[in-house]
Amino acid sequence: MITKRIIPCLDVKNGRVVKGVNFSGLSDVSSPIELGKYYSDNGADELVFYDITASAEGRELFTDILKEVAKTIFIPLTVGGGINTVDDFDRVLHCGADKVSVNSGAIKNPNLIYEAAKKYGDQCVVLSVDAKRVDNKFKVFAKGGRENTGIDLIEWVKRGVNNGAGEIVLNSIDTDGVKGGFDLEMLSKVCEVVSVPVIASGGAGKIQDFITLFNTLPKVDAGLAASIFHFGQVKISDLKEQLYKNNIPVRL
Amino acid sequence: MVVIVDYGVGNLFSLVSSFSAIGQEAIASGDAEVIRKADKIILPGVGAFEDASKKLFESGLKEVLIEQVKLGKPLLGICLGMQMLFEKSYEYGEHKGLGLIKGEIRPIKEVIPADLKIPHIGWNALKFNKNRAKSELFKNINDGDFVYFVHSYYATNCDESVIATAEYGADLTASVQSGKVFGCQFHPEKSGKVGLEILRAFCQMEIK
Repeated sequence: MITKRIIPCLDVKNGRVVKGVNFSGLSDVSSPIELGKYYSDNGADELVFYDITASAEGRELFTDILKEVAKTIFIPLTVGGGINTVDDFDRVLHCGADKVSVNSGAIKNPNLIYEAAKKYGDQCVVLSVDAKRVDNKFKVFAKGGRENTGIDLIEWVKRGVNNGAGEIVLNSIDTDGVKGGFDLEMLSKVCEVVSVPVIASGGAGKIQDFITLFNTLPKVDAGLAASIFHFGQVKISDLKEQLYKNNIPVRL
Repeated sequence: MVVIVDYGVGNLFSLVSSFSAIGQEAIASGDAEVIRKADKIILPGVGAFEDASKKLFESGLKEVLIEQVKLGKPLLGICLGMQMLFEKSYEYGEHKGLGLIKGEIRPIKEVIPADLKIPHIGWNALKFNKNRAKSELFKNINDGDFVYFVHSYYATNCDESVIATAEYGADLTASVQSGKVFGCQFHPEKSGKVGLEILRAFCQMEIK
């Protein structure tokens, strides 16, 4: 049986992990390589590296770091941030990424998912969506969640999967940062309409939130989080042990 | 030295790196002479069967691989590279493989319940084939260890060569062995420590 995946997300700016990290035992807590290795050695099933650099130099630095990460860590790597063209897919895949996550790039260029999936296969293309409730409807937001595109979430994920997205990362802006649990209502709506893996993001504050997620929505395949792992509020090894005790299949 | 056969499909960065991580010299090459000189051969592969097998056959390396296997050199096919070891595949039509292992490649959806997602993607446990001795490929790992899969097609009608399966609504072929020809449907280079131990065991095999 396939296990539920636990995925830490690392935001990288100018070659450093941002959002602060609070670990003991690491000589350089904002090194993407050291932190990635720490997670990989401590039970992470996959890593997401998100490039939040805006400059060209920063981008080059990011791909250099990605190569170093891929030389040291042998679990699946997903890379996102600044993916706007098929060439961007090429750039990160050649540095050792296994999957590429598109967000705003897919909104700007509706053909991006289709073109990338045709070239690299569906399993390589992850559609990452930031969504929020507006007048009781779920809407897709762009620019890191600052701009309402007016696009309906359900239509958007359906279209993405039809075009070849092999996985959906659903980040609820409503629950993100609140640490009161994942957005089960929004996730449930998306799980109903897509047949590809759905990764829940936004809202995890404690171990119980993951147990509730997988017990309430068996169709969700993975849980993604950043700060609760970075700040050590939740240790991945503890989390997986608790999931296991609650009869949720995990890789121990 | 391990050679990773480069016939223009996918990127081999992680695979090359995974050998460095276990202290094993490995190079990616499509040169017949380099392949002949290597101790061990890895046949990688991603994407669609038709496209990949066409590229492999056009590269002229098919004959080299068959010749090297006949000489007793260990060969390990990974993911689509494993599928190409078989006689044929029914991925979008019917296509010939290398024919080094008896059997064929068919869509997973034919054998699993409709509510399970395709591709079979993620970490799944290896179940060793109890009907045969533990393969030397698995000498450093245990039954139930987890490895990382991404595939929509699987090998079937190959009972005599199956050394491990993974349960996903059905027992899917996870790994095969016929003589010194090995195949892993999963990605050892993405399966953490367990995967590296599988690659290490492959590197430690004796050449006849």
